[in-house]
Amino acid sequence: MSATPKRRKPPRVGDGTLFRRLLIGIVLIVGAFLILAPLLIIGVEAFSKGWQVYRDTIAHPDTLHAIGLTVLTALVAVPVNTAFGVAAAWSITKFDFRGKRFLLVVIEIPFSVSPIVAGVAYLFVYGLQGIFGPTLDDYGVKILFAIPGIILASMFVTAPFVARELIPLMQAQGRDLEEAATSLGASGWRTFFSVTLPNIKWALLYGVVLCNARVMGEFGAVSVVSGNIRGQTNTLPLHIELLYHDYQAAGAFAASSILALIAVFTIIAKVALERQGAGRVRRPATRPALVANPAEKTS
Amino acid sequence: MRRNVLPGLRLSLGVTLLYVGLIVVLPLVALVFKAASLGPEDYWRIVSSTRALASYRVTVLSALGATIFNLFFGLALAWVLTRYRFPGWRIVDAMVDLPFALPTAVAGISLTALFAANGWFGSILADLGVKVAYTPLGIMIAMCFTSLPFIVRTVQPVLEDLDPALEEAAQSLGGSDWTIFRKVILPLLTPALLAGVSLSFARSLGEFGAIIFIAGNQPMSTEITALLVFIRLEEYDYQAAAAIASVLLLTAFVMLALTNWMQSRALRYTVRN
Repeated sequence: MSATPKRRKPPRVGDGTLFRRLLIGIVLIVGAFLILAPLLIIGVEAFSKGWQVYRDTIAHPDTLHAIGLTVLTALVAVPVNTAFGVAAAWSITKFDFRGKRFLLVVIEIPFSVSPIVAGVAYLFVYGLQGIFGPTLDDYGVKILFAIPGIILASMFVTAPFVARELIPLMQAQGRDLEEAATSLGASGWRTFFSVTLPNIKWALLYGVVLCNARVMGEFGAVSVVSGNIRGQTNTLPLHIELLYHDYQAAGAFAASSILALIAVFTIIAKVALERQGAGRVRRPATRPALVANPAEKTS
Repeated sequence: MRRNVLPGLRLSLGVTLLYVGLIVVLPLVALVFKAASLGPEDYWRIVSSTRALASYRVTVLSALGATIFNLFFGLALAWVLTRYRFPGWRIVDAMVDLPFALPTAVAGISLTALFAANGWFGSILADLGVKVAYTPLGIMIAMCFTSLPFIVRTVQPVLEDLDPALEEAAQSLGGSDWTIFRKVILPLLTPALLAGVSLSFARSLGEFGAIIFIAGNQPMSTEITALLVFIRLEEYDYQAAAAIASVLLLTAFVMLALTNWMQSRALRYTVRN
């Protein structure tokens, strides 16, 4: 049908067969060494001492306790962070106020701060050398080296996850729909649940999935505030470190295999959600202007 | 300006400010106060001690090495994933996120197992006389692993949006592939590359979990700054921990400012609404 059936697309830069094959080859080989091999070796090492050792490690009370604590942390930290993310996105995208740009930067701070710094910082708030520590101690409230400290540190580290997914998307969607709903008499909550939420559900879920993965895997910040008490304040990542330094490598990898499995499921969920359109709208920050399209180049 | 009819400003902004204040700002302020309580002389003595200086050196040099590697490999990976279609490219694309999804402690012990003298890669490298685990090279590899997705994921969308007409125009003017890449494509990618590089570098400077297993943690040679903070805590030397942590915090803020500045530079020519 087409007048030019053969060369529909002209070859683009780097489309030469030799270059193409060479580059794909190099990337796949280096990628296999750097990304695939670390994943594979978890499985290999976990079963290196046989199925029995694997089962014993997983079924050990300390491991089960660590799994329980990790799940508990996620059950508290993820919903709280989700509520915060939605509130932050609503206030930032639906209203104009002074200091909005500054607030955006502050929300992103936990991404740039080392998890160790986060842990130490919490020590100086709730620890005995900290601001509230002595007072809390007088009342017998224990936050550090206990479960509340672990949850707080996890919330710091993952604070931006949900907000970061929602803000660019809700910014792109604008305010028209919500304004229409409100002017027709819908209450704020009704507007949010019937108008906004259906439009952001995939991005919201995307943020929640990533936030959950990070909470369950957080190591640095939690290791400062947990006190590493076996069977009491060890989350799964901390339990892995403990087993590893106890010369129980197979056990450490067995416990790791649970977290690796969660990581793989996270990636699958991420890909599935991206198919629904989540994670696509990024802040335009890193996209340069495409000069070729003059329609976009209005200033 | 239009009057805003939407409800919920007080509630949503209140929740946001309260949460950010309590969870993010308060601890960091407490840390700065603790470090400031030292007084300039003591502070300076601690942050410029030989051991601290050695830790900065190892951290910064390893992060630089890892970022330079990721700049080339990340760009190549992003290029392959957007320009070429081959069996399994979707799987490769998904796997790029593994370093973000895999907990750092798990990454740390797997990389150590791979690169230890009796590991899959370590034994081959040992025959060649290269030691990776428990050397700065090991630190670099751990940093490469944890920060790779930053560069790929910032460059990829820009490569996807690149207008083929630009390349066609350059081709019709007789440019060779290499010239077109250098003079047309690379300049368009530069803002994204710089943003990715600064994110990757910042992450490497603060990384802890993946590194401590593979690093060997010898003072003066393979001890990263984050670990030195941890060690000072274990010695109950809280002020020294606060002082060194404040150096890490300051570096993080400088990196954050740098990233934001570069992003606003990149935004210079984009649409403003």
